[in-house]
Amino acid sequence: MKIHEYQAKELLKAAGVTVPDGIIAKSADEAAAAFDKLGGSLAVVKAQIHAGGRGKGRFKEQPEQPGVVLVRSADEARKNAALMLGNTLVTIQTGEEGKQVNTLLVEAGLDIAQELYAGVVVDRAAGGPVLIMSSEGGTEIEEVAHNSPEKILNCNIDAGHGLQAGQVRKVSHGLGLDAAAMGSAQKFLPKLAKFFNDNDCTQVEINPLVVTGSGEFVALDAKVAFDDNAMFRHKELRELRDLSEEDESEVKAGDAGLSYVKLEGTIGCLVNGAGLAMSTMDLIKHHGGEPANFLDVGGGANVEQVTEAFRIILADDNVKAVLVNIFGGIMKCDVIVEALLLAYDQVGFTVPLVVRLEGTNVEKARTMLAESGKDIIAATDLTDAAQKVVASISV
Amino acid sequence: MSILVNTDTRVICQGITGKAGLFHSQKCREYAREVRSDSDVFIGGVTPGKGGQTVDEFPVFNSVAEAIEKTGANATMIFVPPPFCGDAIIEAADSGIKLIVAITEGIPTLDMVKVSNFLAKTNARLVGPNCPGVITPGVAKIGIMPGYIHSAGPVGLISKSGTLTYEAAWQLGNLGLGQSTAIGIGGDPIIGTDFIDLLEMFENDPGTEAIMMIGEIGGDAEIQAANYIKEHVTKPVAGFIAGQTAPPGKRMGHAGAIISGGAGTAAEKMEALEAVGVVVAQSPADMGKAMQEAIARKGS
Repeated sequence: MKIHEYQAKELLKAAGVTVPDGIIAKSADEAAAAFDKLGGSLAVVKAQIHAGGRGKGRFKEQPEQPGVVLVRSADEARKNAALMLGNTLVTIQTGEEGKQVNTLLVEAGLDIAQELYAGVVVDRAAGGPVLIMSSEGGTEIEEVAHNSPEKILNCNIDAGHGLQAGQVRKVSHGLGLDAAAMGSAQKFLPKLAKFFNDNDCTQVEINPLVVTGSGEFVALDAKVAFDDNAMFRHKELRELRDLSEEDESEVKAGDAGLSYVKLEGTIGCLVNGAGLAMSTMDLIKHHGGEPANFLDVGGGANVEQVTEAFRIILADDNVKAVLVNIFGGIMKCDVIVEALLLAYDQVGFTVPLVVRLEGTNVEKARTMLAESGKDIIAATDLTDAAQKVVASISV
Repeated sequence: MSILVNTDTRVICQGITGKAGLFHSQKCREYAREVRSDSDVFIGGVTPGKGGQTVDEFPVFNSVAEAIEKTGANATMIFVPPPFCGDAIIEAADSGIKLIVAITEGIPTLDMVKVSNFLAKTNARLVGPNCPGVITPGVAKIGIMPGYIHSAGPVGLISKSGTLTYEAAWQLGNLGLGQSTAIGIGGDPIIGTDFIDLLEMFENDPGTEAIMMIGEIGGDAEIQAANYIKEHVTKPVAGFIAGQTAPPGKRMGHAGAIISGGAGTAAEKMEALEAVGVVVAQSPADMGKAMQEAIARKGS
């Protein structure tokens, strides 16, 4: 689960991590008032959407307006806010459709001496959280890793005891920090690591992490995501979810216990199991088609789930045909077909449906399909299924 | 021969009084009795607070320690719900269980960090979590895979995914290539047993003549595996990587299946495997054929 920058900063501040003074604005007047309240001669107005790349992003309705802008007066803050609020910001991460901006964060300007990068993620190989730092603040860390891997510093974070002072000295040396900045690092970095562990984060990224003229560490930007599987023990964090930032059909699927990701193609798929679902997409592509979605109905699909899955797939106007690919294990094929046939009637199919079944009770299931009298194309194996579904849209 | 599961394996189920735990314990017992009528592989289960009961002839114990004392179990299959599953794994390892197969999906990642730190201090082996389990065809299965799709044979099968493992086993079986042992290692970011652990075991197992590994997008386990194969594996290896068409930044069902910052793509993994001589299937329909080709190549 992702949250907004302003939410992340509120949480970090409460955990003792220094962030700039900032105020939320939901109208142009509020943005102007925020500038006055901050009291400085310089402030930053930042559009709040989950996607990154906001500074370089522009608004659909206001092609000149960036998603992050420096302002020097309340009036400038007001004018910029008016151009941003309610409009659609397109960045490299939002896709062409962009995201509507409903909230702005107005922050006091900082005296920036140096920009660093700090991130915490779970490292699969190390089997635990790791602090990643770099002197190349403001640049995507993947880009740094690619172009100058020697500038990346790593520290394993002990799950029980957190980041140790000696580790902070190690990275401070690697970053070339002076004594004052190292002192700030000792206050800032262990708290960041603790925040990650205390809140079941999957990602905490501070980019840039600013070192001010007086050597203080301040989180200028903050990107935080949480482990969905751990949200049962963080009720307060669940409140921070912003459904308007998520794809409507993906949310619906999640509520029905389905795993769904919308894609750009024309062939909808319904599959049991995540690996097989990904492979089915690959198979369609391999035979010249484009998958419209990833959809895993899980191991124990029932009529309600299959019906909901079909509804979600068919709600996508791009879908010109649907491929069902089931390897029935414990979930028997005949039970799946029973659900399939009921769902077929309830949903009202208008596009070709190709079904490939394999596994437990497959003969019985195939007979049921053949005798149903419904306009369903049966496939004998994976390749046959892919060829048939691709052919069904090219006539 | 086989790896992990053999004729000495004695299994309990943690979470046996739950619906899924009991159902799959019954299925595993059925399978073992069918293939080896002389033995009793599945011998009981654990649900704290329900000790002393019996469910479908399975004795239920309050703790793993008690179950071991009373039954001599050396393996466990875990169906405990996600919030308590990490704890159940630690209990099993601390009680002396050698093989822990965790089926449960949705364990918090930081719980698994705690588990893996703990396991490092024991000699227990964890398979999973979020996996279909382990089967040595003709001997026993510990997991949720349908037994009949696996036939005994020379191929060691390793996979991150459940139904895709079934698909591979099915294709291999249709070509007359049974499996020595088939393992689903799970699709989570932190797992107990990875490709390299199993490549090493299969390489050393006299009953395994060839290895099939099925990976997916996310992380770099397949790249590490490719490096390992180059240095240490002499047996023929075939592979497949799921998610060639997956978009970056989106989680594809499995918590670990996500391309982040352009890393962990199917293309780079396929390339790394091919570079070390692994025959990589381009289409999921050709996994069995890829194994056949890898065997033929080494033989020639």
